[in-house]
Amino acid sequence: MRSIIDILDLSVEEIDSLINTACDIIENPDKYCDKCKRKKLATLFFEPSTRTRLSFEAAMYELGGNVIGFSAANNSSAAKGESVSDTVKTVSCYADIIAMRHPKEGAPMVASMAASVPVINAGDGGHNHPTQTLADLLTIYREKGSFNNLTVGLCGDLKFGRTVHSLINALSRYSGINFILISPDELKLPDYVTNNVLKKYNIPYEETTDLLEAMPKLDILYMTRVQRERFFNEQDYIRLKDSYILTPDKLDTAKQDLCIMHPLPRVNEISVAVDNDKRACYFKQVKNGKYMRMALILMLLGVE
Amino acid sequence: MVIDSISNGIVIDHITSGKSMVLYRYLNLEKLTCSVAIIKNAPSSKNGKKDIIKIDELIDINVDMLGYLDPGVSVNIIKDGVIVNKFQPELPERLIGVIKCKNPRCISQEEQELTHIFKLTDREKRIYRCIYCEAGSSAVN
Repeated sequence: MRSIIDILDLSVEEIDSLINTACDIIENPDKYCDKCKRKKLATLFFEPSTRTRLSFEAAMYELGGNVIGFSAANNSSAAKGESVSDTVKTVSCYADIIAMRHPKEGAPMVASMAASVPVINAGDGGHNHPTQTLADLLTIYREKGSFNNLTVGLCGDLKFGRTVHSLINALSRYSGINFILISPDELKLPDYVTNNVLKKYNIPYEETTDLLEAMPKLDILYMTRVQRERFFNEQDYIRLKDSYILTPDKLDTAKQDLCIMHPLPRVNEISVAVDNDKRACYFKQVKNGKYMRMALILMLLGVE
Repeated sequence: MVIDSISNGIVIDHITSGKSMVLYRYLNLEKLTCSVAIIKNAPSSKNGKKDIIKIDELIDINVDMLGYLDPGVSVNIIKDGVIVNKFQPELPERLIGVIKCKNPRCISQEEQELTHIFKLTDREKRIYRCIYCEAGSSAVN
């Protein structure tokens, strides 16, 4: 039995295999419509979510399986003080696989240590979000054809943005990747990511506060939201929330094949007017996320 | 100053001068009923001064804790007046239940009876990270 807590729990070969499966699902959806018949996915969401939870649920339904679960902590016994370990031991009695989101960092790891079925981290606080990264990787693969020799701009909240941390970890294993980290000083990438990944593996990167200066160099622009729920101090959030807003005029100097990505939800950091630009890929990410989650569920359940 | 030699017990030698009380507290030596001698600022050919702790009983000591708190110490196990084992604890790869994660966003802050576990991620800089949230903690110098 295996769980996926961090994107690095998957080898490069396994990610390649998941991408191949996802592409096959896209081409031949009927082939997969009964693969998880009589299997149940439990979605344990202790924190609100639209995309991730619905994506997991849609993925399981499209594989012919069923879904149980809750969508907020106050709909579960967590509201009565039940521990994560006890919750997943209970759910393991009902479900074949668990997808968990929790506001506390490391909660899915604790869950995986207690559960008797596979646990997928569907986001733990500002820490990791491996299935978003799988969605991001499939999007990059389908848009760019490979993961090599790309200049990737990561913009916005790089401190608390869990999707950014996971994506850096994943892309750092490919050759020729160059990161441009665009953020206000207060929301820079944490030292543990800079030191343990970028510096450790000699990945070229530069840090800047200037999105426009970076724009012409980018093959990928990954925008992020400044997340209100990660701040203890409302004033800090208000001061930083509008640091970067992508509008059509800011794309004037961008490459014609730029891929604009965002894990969503957005608030105002990408103008709605950008949605009509052919380089906008963020809703493709949403769809790709479902296919990658289908592939991951198949892998963890050992379904051929 | 003369402290009686011990026939069955443990001598923790080469403690960084001034750290013996920190080790005493972390190793819970105050709970022992046997004789425990703390020698502070003893002459040391290597560092000028050192502390020594002598425990007049063979007890299980937390070697990981010692390695984490003061990796330069040497531990002598004495039986029938003879040193039967001498070793220097290294900075351990994992710290299990030794230090607590201080990240308020970490699950270890609220999960009932969860053991705090840290892994060594940078031996040179003596950096440990919580296995749950990856928040860092530097080993005590």
